[in-house]
Amino acid sequence: MTALVSVDSISQSFGQVQVLDAVSLAIQPGSYTVLLGPSGSGKTTLLSILGGFLQPTQGRVLIKGEDCTAMAPARRPTATVFQDYALFPHMSVGSNVAFGLRMRGVAKRERLGKAQDMLRIVGLDQAFDKKPHQLSGGQRQRVALARALVVQPAVLLLDEPLGALDLKLRRQMQDELKAIQKRIGTAFVHVTHDQEEAMALADHIVVMNHGRIEDEGPAERVYARPATRFAATFMGESTIVPGRVEADGQVRTALGLFPASGQVPGTEVHVAIRPEHVRVGPAIPATVKDVVYQGSFKRVTATPTAAPDIQLLARLPAGEPVQEGAEISLRVDPGEIIFLKD
Amino acid sequence: MMARIVSTLYAAAIYAFIFLPVAVLVLFSFQGTLFPIPPFNGPSLRWYGAVLNDARLTDGLLNSVLVAVTSSALATLLGFLSAWGFARYYLPASAVLRGFITLPLTVSYLIIGMGLLIFFNWIGMPKSLTAAGIGHVVINLPLCFAIIYSQMGDHQANIERAARDLGAREWQVLTLVTAPMLWPALFASFFLSMTFSWDEFVISFLLTRFDTTLPVEIWNLLRAGLNPKTNAVGSLVFGVSILLAIVFELVAFRKRPR
Repeated sequence: MTALVSVDSISQSFGQVQVLDAVSLAIQPGSYTVLLGPSGSGKTTLLSILGGFLQPTQGRVLIKGEDCTAMAPARRPTATVFQDYALFPHMSVGSNVAFGLRMRGVAKRERLGKAQDMLRIVGLDQAFDKKPHQLSGGQRQRVALARALVVQPAVLLLDEPLGALDLKLRRQMQDELKAIQKRIGTAFVHVTHDQEEAMALADHIVVMNHGRIEDEGPAERVYARPATRFAATFMGESTIVPGRVEADGQVRTALGLFPASGQVPGTEVHVAIRPEHVRVGPAIPATVKDVVYQGSFKRVTATPTAAPDIQLLARLPAGEPVQEGAEISLRVDPGEIIFLKD
Repeated sequence: MMARIVSTLYAAAIYAFIFLPVAVLVLFSFQGTLFPIPPFNGPSLRWYGAVLNDARLTDGLLNSVLVAVTSSALATLLGFLSAWGFARYYLPASAVLRGFITLPLTVSYLIIGMGLLIFFNWIGMPKSLTAAGIGHVVINLPLCFAIIYSQMGDHQANIERAARDLGAREWQVLTLVTAPMLWPALFASFFLSMTFSWDEFVISFLLTRFDTTLPVEIWNLLRAGLNPKTNAVGSLVFGVSILLAIVFELVAFRKRPR
């Protein structure tokens, strides 16, 4: 499968500050790609480069096989949904959505019809004649989405599109975004710092940090087998402990021996343990430091007796009778140990 | 109670001080006899009739309207373009250049008028309404720039970016997005410029000769001595100024939905 968008070792510097460092990325047609990272990771810069609002210091952007690196935003087959929506305040919702078609010389009747169709897709056909300031945040978000989609871009770029919404609306819009993307089949590239949002939406998650891609792949893979220590800590919680790979193919850590297939004997490694892979069992005696009741489970922090400087995170069943300060014995599922690169 | 009466009287005295001359001017424009002095024996529209029958005054009035409208439109356009340039593009020494553009606000009209007179003389441009109009652009451009620039923010820059992203060319961004978004500021600039151009005297006096604006014609009339005709035309000028000021206030201070 040839990539729809190829980012070819893009670097971007602002003065002395390097924001992107030789980033390469392929985006497949029809995929939902999420660029995930903390602020300052370069994810928004990468999106601006894809949209044509920024010229990279080095590297190329190919869209549908064509070099778009120096192409103006207007001429690229991309459309952007801005974080603050950037709707035209003086135009009606219908005119906002029809704007891109108007710029393409589509006749008034036709473009207003298409705008109405697109508003129906995002569930806002009642708002055609309203002004943006009469709409709620979530509704404006949909107008921005419709306005970008109506020009039928090859790639839709979304810059933290749900950032301004409250949590409930956010989760609801997530589901709708995913449904709309599936329905129209356009490739979406979505920037966020919310890992839950990323996992809910992405076919392909790209974890970024300090201007580099730390890990990328399907959400399940990135969560279950994160490639780097950063990816493991940014995507969900885990306990990270150092270890040493022994000659017999096991890794020795403060929490005991675990199978280390494929690791080079004699090397120092870090392993990550997801809290859901820790259960009550006879392996690791520990003292419970903290219990947080989360409804469907208990989030437990425990200090192993053998390694008091480690805080072992566990997700125990809600019915488990654990008390702060109590002695407990835990067990780590050996098949779920994650080996990390630094 | 006492304090309240005193402060009310004080306020009344201040407003009387400000408006009494205007009130007297307007009152005696309705005078029935030859001199604008008490006793008042009117009201009569005799002098308004005389003003409208005076070809020099009506020509001056039309010239004033012409100069005010064109110079204000030009000042607003130039102010808009310069504000947009300063707000959207990185310019070296931007703050200094912005300072220079607003500097004419602090220079007296007399100096600007003389400077333009010398300059036009030097390039061989005769005294004319055009010259006076250019003078009015010079004095109003900084004002328009300041008003419009203050209304340009980063949020609008993003909206312009969205328009570009959807395929708008630069002139389409300006005419379809930026200008309509700034419509209140543009409108306010235009009407404030009109107000200033309408009763501006010094620059028009220095830069026009045969065709001239209404304030200069009034001055010519005053040289022949006081009569109620000057009151009538003065009242007309005042009325138009008030009208423009009201329009400006309505536009500039109207509560706007976000």
